[in-house]
Parts: sequence; C-alpha cells; structure tokens
Amino acid sequence: MTRTFQIFKKELRDYFVSPIAYIVICIFLLITGWFFFSTFFIFNQANLRTFFTLLPLTFSFVIPAITMRLFAEELHSGSYEMLLTLPVRLSDIVLGKFLAGAAFAAIMLVPTLVYALSISFIGDLDWGPVAGGYIGAVLLGAAYSAVGVFASSLTKNQIVAFITGMVICFALTLFDKVVFFFPPQVVDVFTHIAAGYHFENISKGILDTRDVLYFASVIFAFLYGAHLVMQEKR
Amino acid sequence: MIHVDKLTKFYGSFCAVDQIDLDVSRGEITGLLGPNGAGKTTTLRMLTGYLVPTSGSIRIKDLSLGDEALAVKRLIGYLPESAPLYHNILVYDYLDYIARIRGLDGRQKIGRIHELVDICGLSGIMHKNIGELSKGLKQRVGLAHAMMGDPEILVLDEPTSGLDPNQIVEIRDIIRAFGREKTIILSTHILSEAEATCDRIVIIDKGRIVADGSTESLKQGAGGERTIHLTLLNADFDAANRALGALDGVSRVEQMDTPDSGELRLKIFAGGPDRLRERIYACVKQTDWVMVEFTQEAKSLEKIFRDLTREV
Repeated sequence: MTRTFQIFKKELRDYFVSPIAYIVICIFLLITGWFFFSTFFIFNQANLRTFFTLLPLTFSFVIPAITMRLFAEELHSGSYEMLLTLPVRLSDIVLGKFLAGAAFAAIMLVPTLVYALSISFIGDLDWGPVAGGYIGAVLLGAAYSAVGVFASSLTKNQIVAFITGMVICFALTLFDKVVFFFPPQVVDVFTHIAAGYHFENISKGILDTRDVLYFASVIFAFLYGAHLVMQEKR
Repeated sequence: MIHVDKLTKFYGSFCAVDQIDLDVSRGEITGLLGPNGAGKTTTLRMLTGYLVPTSGSIRIKDLSLGDEALAVKRLIGYLPESAPLYHNILVYDYLDYIARIRGLDGRQKIGRIHELVDICGLSGIMHKNIGELSKGLKQRVGLAHAMMGDPEILVLDEPTSGLDPNQIVEIRDIIRAFGREKTIILSTHILSEAEATCDRIVIIDKGRIVADGSTESLKQGAGGERTIHLTLLNADFDAANRALGALDGVSRVEQMDTPDSGELRLKIFAGGPDRLRERIYACVKQTDWVMVEFTQEAKSLEKIFRDLTREV
C-alpha cells in the first residue's frame, strides 16, 4: 500500500511540475465553460444539466491526453526497467498510476464548482442533481483514466496511446446513442455497456448501485487488462 | 549467493539466452563479458526480475525469484544500461522517492541519502534537474539509485559505457569500494574494464557461457601454450637452441630478427610444467650469456575473447 501511495504521489506531482497539467486544465475549462455558458442564458434554467451532458464527450479526449504518458513515456525512456526492478509489484505500479490519473481528473473538476456557485447566486439551484453529477463525474473520470492507463500500456508512443484511449472512451460514451437502428434487444445490451447511459443516471441525482457497480467494473476490467499487457511484456 | 540453473530466454523464436548455469558467491565481483547481442543484458534483466525466463530457475540466497519476487528485489540493486532515469525530477526528489519506495523513512532515509551523496559524489548536484546532468553524473545518480536499499547484490549493465576516461575511473572506484563487502555482477564488452574491476570473468557468446574463471586462470588456461621472450647478449643461436631446447617442457625455440646491437632475441614455446622459467634461468646462469630481457607473454584477454567468440 505504501508503495502504491509513493508511486501515486510521484505521478501526480509529475503532472504539476510540467506545464501539461495547466494546459490541459485550461483547455478543459475553456471548452466546458464555453459550451455551458453559451446556451445557459438561452435556456434560462438554474441547473448544470448542459455541463454534465457534455462532460462524457469532453472527458473522452481530455482524459486520454492526461493518461497517455503514464506507461508509454516510461517504456519509451526505459525508466520502466528501473521502476519494475525496485521492490514493487506490477499491481502497485498499475494502481498507483491509475490513481494519479483519476485524482488529476477529479482535481480538474474542482474549478468548475465555480459554475455551480455562481448559478446558486442568480437562481434557485437544486443541489441534489449537482452533487449527483459531481459524484458521477468523478466515477466517469476514474473509469476513463483506467481506459487511458490500459491504452498507455499498449505502446511506447504517447500519440498512439492518446488516440487508442480516445477511441475507446468515445465508443463507451456514444454506444447508446448510435445503435438506435439495431434490433431492440441489441440496443438494450449496448445501452447498458455505455458509460454515457450510466453517467446520465447518476447525474440526474439518482445514485443507483448498478451504475456505481458499472463504473467499478470498467475500472477493474481495464486495469486488469493493463496488468495483463505489462505482464506479457516481460 | 546467486544460483542460476539452466536459464533460458526466447524472444519469439529467437533464443537470446540458452541454458546458462551460473553460481556466484558472496563478495565476488563477476564480469559478464561478450560481444553485443550475446545475451548479457537479457541475463541481467532476468536476474533482476525485469524479464521472466522462458525456462530455468534463479535462486538468490535460497529465495526463488519466481515465487518471492518482492523479497528478492529487496536484496538487489540494479542499474540498467545508460541509466534511464526520469528526467523531469530533481536529484534529491528522485533519491527521496526511491528511498521511500524501498521503505526508508525519516531519519533513516536522510542518513542513507547523505551516505550515498558522499559515496557517489553528488553533493553539488542535489538541486539539479536530472535531465540537465551530464552522462557521467547521471550514471552516478543511477549508482545511488541502485545502492539505495543497501543491497547485498549489485547488478550493473555496462556501468562505464559512453563515459570519458576520468569518469570511468571514478565509477570504477565506486564499484570497487562497494565490492569489498557486497556481491557485484556487471556486464561489459570492454575487456580492460573487466580485467581492472572483476575477480571473475564469465564470457558469453550467442546466449551460452563459453568461458568462466578468474582473469589469471582464463589467461593461462585458454590455449595451453605459453610463449617466453628471452633476450641474451654474448650468445649465438645454435648454442642457445641446443641448451634451451633440451629443457623439459620446451617444445621449440625460435630466433627473432636480430638488431645490430648483438642481442640474441629468442622466442621459447612451451606447453609443459609450470616451473619452466626457473630452469631456463638456471640454464642461462651456467653460461656466460647475459640476460637482458626475460618475460612470459600472457595470452591477452583480447585474444581469448576473440578466439572464443569469433564467428565460425
């Protein structure tokens, strides 16, 4: 556990000692802010619904950009060899790196609390869906970080890791929205494996164990995948 | 200390390491020597747990690397080739991180970092970014990384490659100092390097061990035939040939080009018993020849290496 924590701490600090973290956070805030406030006064409703509806799409390319370096950079520079020969388990490494990515995603959400606060001053904001939305956003960020860690473990090339991660995240986001022309049974299956669907449920303010379990499963599946890939590389 | 049994590694269908057996005892500095691509790095990577062997076993202090990887890794400090460190971190922060991962904390951690700063000569660069360091300094930080947990075994992959002569001597001194109490395995393809640092040399070629022994025994053992150079004054070749050729163990005496100075330069080929040089001396002593040069040509490590690893 201490080893996982040390790796987590190092990876998280790495984000903030390089400009990448600040650039990514700025881009994220610009995009979400623009899409949210450009329609906010047209709808004239005191809620964060537009923000949360667009979040899975924004996360789909922002989070892979954060996580792409986690394994790919170390594999490229060879420092992975030094890391793995320290007294750590492979699972410590995978978990530490994943937690750093997920924590970064959560940190990225903190400035957006300003949106909620400012709306609460000008209108009557219902905090239930907002709290649900943020819980969902943290879970979604964690799930996409796991995807990103998996994508990063596949290759030495960060760009390839980014694109792979983005494709998987977009697929998870859009599954339920692009399969309407399939037979109903198939649509049902696809809807339930889509992250977008489960995120919508939570962001309505309904915290259902099924949705939480879904995100936990996605995290576990992709981290296990990353573990297998790294194991196979030895 | 280290017991390697029939260690084999395949990359796809390519066999990088082929059934290597190796025993290393405590306090030995062992040099793995071989041409590029011989399997040195692969062997070291398996020893340190970075790669998993295709077959065969590694036991370190009676712990199996397969089953008790974590315990074994605690005993080993490893520095891969050209020290691939993180480049966006300060030297101090990096050593601090490694110390924490190795389970050191508080006073213990600070103490160990101070020791390593002295041993590896890092005092002036602790606040520098690793990415900005020269190759030699990086290598020293890498050594500090490897020695952090006070490991019983130090594994170094080409520790001096790409360094300038001064840096090589510095790194070599650090290794030698550390090797007085600890077991060290290092790989190199520089022969003088191995000769200067190692107690024992293992030559690997195409994934197999082709020679194993101390520098001395390798030099003498390989080939069998020795050559002795002898330069005499006041002597003529016929008489010398007769006298020396009759000695037990001398197979042949040859005259080398004679300069005008009147020296007689001989090359004595011998395959026989050890105390030959004493008898040659005694033989010369009985005459009125003057001995001006008398050396035994050691078969150089270069020659042994080329003989053993040449493409057939």
